[in-house]
Amino acid sequence: MSTAISTAEEVHTHDHDHDHEHEHHELGFIRTYIFSEDHKTIAKQYLISGILWAFLGGSLSIIFRLQLGFPGMSMEWIRPLLGGWIDESGKLDKEFYLAMVTMHGTIMVFFVLTAGLSGTFSNFLIPLQVGARDMASGFINMLSYWFFFLSSVIMFSSLFIETGPASGGWVIYPPLSALPQAMPGSGLGMTLWLTSMTFFIVSSLMGGINYICTIINLRTRGMTFTRMPLTIWSFFFTAVLGLLSFPVLLSAALLLIFDRSFGTSFYLSEIYIQGQALPNVGGSAILYQHLFWFLGHPEVYIVLLPALGMTSEIIATNSRKPIFGYRAMIGSMMGITALAFIVWAHHMFVTGMNPFLGSVFMFLTLIIAVPSAVKAFNYITTLWKGNLVFTPAMLFSIGLVSMFISGGVTGIILGNSALDINLHDTYFVVAHFHLVMGAASFFGLMAGVYHWFPKMFGRMMNKSLGYIHFWFTFVGVYMVFFPMHYIGIAGFPRRYYTFTALGNDSMAAFTDMNMFISIAAIITFGAQAIFAWNFFYSIFKGKIAPANPWKSNTLEWTTPINPEHGNWPGEIPAVYRWPYDYSKPGAPDDFIPQNVPHSATLESNLPEENAEIAREKDIDGLLGAQNESYKH
Amino acid sequence: MNYLIGLLAIVFFFLAVSVITKSVKLNNKLSGTEEEDSTVDNFNNANGIGMLIFWLLFVILGSWSFLHSKPDFLPVAASEHGVRTDSMFWTSMAVVTFAFFISNTLLFYFAFKYRFNKNRKATFYPVNHKLELIWTVVPAIVMAILVFTGWRTWRDITSQAPSNSAVIELTGHQFGWYVRYAGVDDSQLGNVNYKLIDETNSLGIDFTDKNSFDDFTATELHLPKGQPVLLKIRAQDVLHSVYLPFHRVKMDAVPGMPTKFWFIPTISTDEMRAKLGKPDFNFKVNCTEVCGRGHFGMSITVFVDEPEDYKKWVAEQKPFLATNPSYLDKVPANLKAKAGKYIPTEPIATDSTEAVSVN
Repeated sequence: MSTAISTAEEVHTHDHDHDHEHEHHELGFIRTYIFSEDHKTIAKQYLISGILWAFLGGSLSIIFRLQLGFPGMSMEWIRPLLGGWIDESGKLDKEFYLAMVTMHGTIMVFFVLTAGLSGTFSNFLIPLQVGARDMASGFINMLSYWFFFLSSVIMFSSLFIETGPASGGWVIYPPLSALPQAMPGSGLGMTLWLTSMTFFIVSSLMGGINYICTIINLRTRGMTFTRMPLTIWSFFFTAVLGLLSFPVLLSAALLLIFDRSFGTSFYLSEIYIQGQALPNVGGSAILYQHLFWFLGHPEVYIVLLPALGMTSEIIATNSRKPIFGYRAMIGSMMGITALAFIVWAHHMFVTGMNPFLGSVFMFLTLIIAVPSAVKAFNYITTLWKGNLVFTPAMLFSIGLVSMFISGGVTGIILGNSALDINLHDTYFVVAHFHLVMGAASFFGLMAGVYHWFPKMFGRMMNKSLGYIHFWFTFVGVYMVFFPMHYIGIAGFPRRYYTFTALGNDSMAAFTDMNMFISIAAIITFGAQAIFAWNFFYSIFKGKIAPANPWKSNTLEWTTPINPEHGNWPGEIPAVYRWPYDYSKPGAPDDFIPQNVPHSATLESNLPEENAEIAREKDIDGLLGAQNESYKH
Repeated sequence: MNYLIGLLAIVFFFLAVSVITKSVKLNNKLSGTEEEDSTVDNFNNANGIGMLIFWLLFVILGSWSFLHSKPDFLPVAASEHGVRTDSMFWTSMAVVTFAFFISNTLLFYFAFKYRFNKNRKATFYPVNHKLELIWTVVPAIVMAILVFTGWRTWRDITSQAPSNSAVIELTGHQFGWYVRYAGVDDSQLGNVNYKLIDETNSLGIDFTDKNSFDDFTATELHLPKGQPVLLKIRAQDVLHSVYLPFHRVKMDAVPGMPTKFWFIPTISTDEMRAKLGKPDFNFKVNCTEVCGRGHFGMSITVFVDEPEDYKKWVAEQKPFLATNPSYLDKVPANLKAKAGKYIPTEPIATDSTEAVSVN
């Protein structure tokens, strides 16, 4: 009898909770859509901000690609937009060229691929896939977005000031970034850059703490760590990376702020500039680079891991097959996460750092190729003997795997310090990281949007437009970055306004190639308009989505088509199995969602899984405790 | 004209999109199959086949473009270590191209081969420890070999410069390079101090150091062929990076932290001109660390001379002190006699014209 009573009580408490939540929905427009604490709304805010930033960052690259592809071209036509940044002869200003390169990098790495990718999907998917009503702290989550927003506003405003935005490259190496007399972009523009990034880091940390807490503490009953989808694993590792490395960037930025504004000499020593010997002695410009890359390298994986995690999920779902080597995938992500912290100085082989340190970092760097290779092979094996459904998300995921391989292999060359001597800071590096980190992560972002759009907005995106978008982007990205390797092998340095000073007609040799790359870049960028239209149109006018459009196993598809605050109207479902039971022999359907107990699938259970049936009672018994934890 | 073509391309593109979309919709209606399996549409086969076609085109165009661009890559390295790193580069390139080709081929072929078929069921194949072990160990072994050869080369390149090296100082500034030679008498560069920099003494040469008396500056870099050269690298204002593309030399120039790079040039400028059939060919020093507005133009010419020509050229150069005798004032009294040797007996009327050109 006592059980019956307690169940009744639980039902009662639950009803009470539900009422309580109902009050939340009465929140006004501002608390629902703007200062919202709901993880799904915050995710959409991140996504839309990220898309806007991506178009801005992309258009900057188009302008400097015009300069590189058509060096003789008159830029008069863009004067209405750029004004004084076009000089009297109708050419792009040389400093503004550097400013655009810098802002393109900053925007893409931080604002699009960190906030737009990780911010969107960690927020959206963590509570939905682990079975939680929201993030551990909705308030901090809201703050995280609004710190990011503040940071965005500051960074955006720096584009409009008279001296121009930060221009010393996205890595903002001092002394160039520390001395306003070295270039105009190092004045107010750099101050705004540093201020903006400080808020950005605060935002990332708030987000990261939330992701980690939610994953550890708010998993639904039965959701053990080894039943978590790989998306969640990847978000977890990403958050750990960010939490440990972003503070180091903050310290690098703070010391730079001190050097710039308070006369300290952390990075400055023995400088004679513009006819003046500065008093600073004893600082080290290399110190900044160590601090910067201590974030900078993990940042590559902060950008890439969520893309890889989502791709694992999408490839498994649309291959109608379990992901191959689930534990190996977790292990390799864990390996990448650990190694990511101890490879940073491979960005610094030729900075004058002790060559012995170079040797150590070469060893460590090439080790990281092993878990990366494991991941690539596991993706390919997942496709093998699958039954592949090419949704736009699946296409972008396959594109990601291809970019990850093509860009990854050249890392083996660049990680070799002896070979890096000649290739460092050439277009070979540009091609390498744009493929492996830029394009691959971007493809992950796109795959994620196409795949989870129905859950986000309750409507479907147009698939045909998705295919066209994919093929243009996929072919376009390869046309841009594959030939770029050649220019790098030919020794063309990056961040050059023009290549005349290389002499020996070397510029002429690649004029047509640069032109080709620029045209390909314009087409690829133009094709993103198809996506933008499809995205925004489908939010309002798309076909209404079915509950589980991709026949997927994970928990987010057990929510209503338009989940309210709290995600599940009734109990949060329990989890009894891993998320990859696709095409299981004996099963009537080709997928078995995570919330289906083994006792209901006797015909398809593997021998060891029948033992799980006995444990289902324990999982169900946790319901009370789980409800308890959501009581206010 | 270009704009017109661009505009037309965009218009045609959108026309094509709308036609394709319409025809597919029509097709769906005609065949009467609003597919029961709503996740799989009529494009599924096209996308799968597209994967394979894409890869075939990629391989063909990729190979063609590589062969087409190959003549424009940097020619054979003009330094001893460069020949070594070049051959290692192409070996590594062959290894990674193999990996790239195999894995992409499998990826696209599987995408094509296993595209959705109503009558087939995917194979439930969650794990195979043996396979995973293989593809963990094999890359690890390949990496180990690459790392080991790379490390040995790196160790040799970054080893101590031979004692008979020609010592040359390169100093980066916005936006150019100052070149200083150790001189014929002592082969030692004198100290510099950034606080001593003025309009003439643009390097801040410290004349209280007797090693500086025979140092001379130049606007071009002359290197002896076949002899070790030690570049001592400095920067005055912001980071720069010394890049000699043809010699496979690159090293950052850091304010407050002198760096160095030694190498042996193996091909003289004349030989390279003959080899490439370009009579006006010249080696260059470029900058590869972004340093501001003039970054892309920060270049000086390098001449690799036959050893005897190099000696002759060095002998013809006048020490800085000889062209700027007024700096004798800065020499401490006890060293004046030693420094005086470098001052021409008939003093140049005023040192201004010569001095500016040295800048």
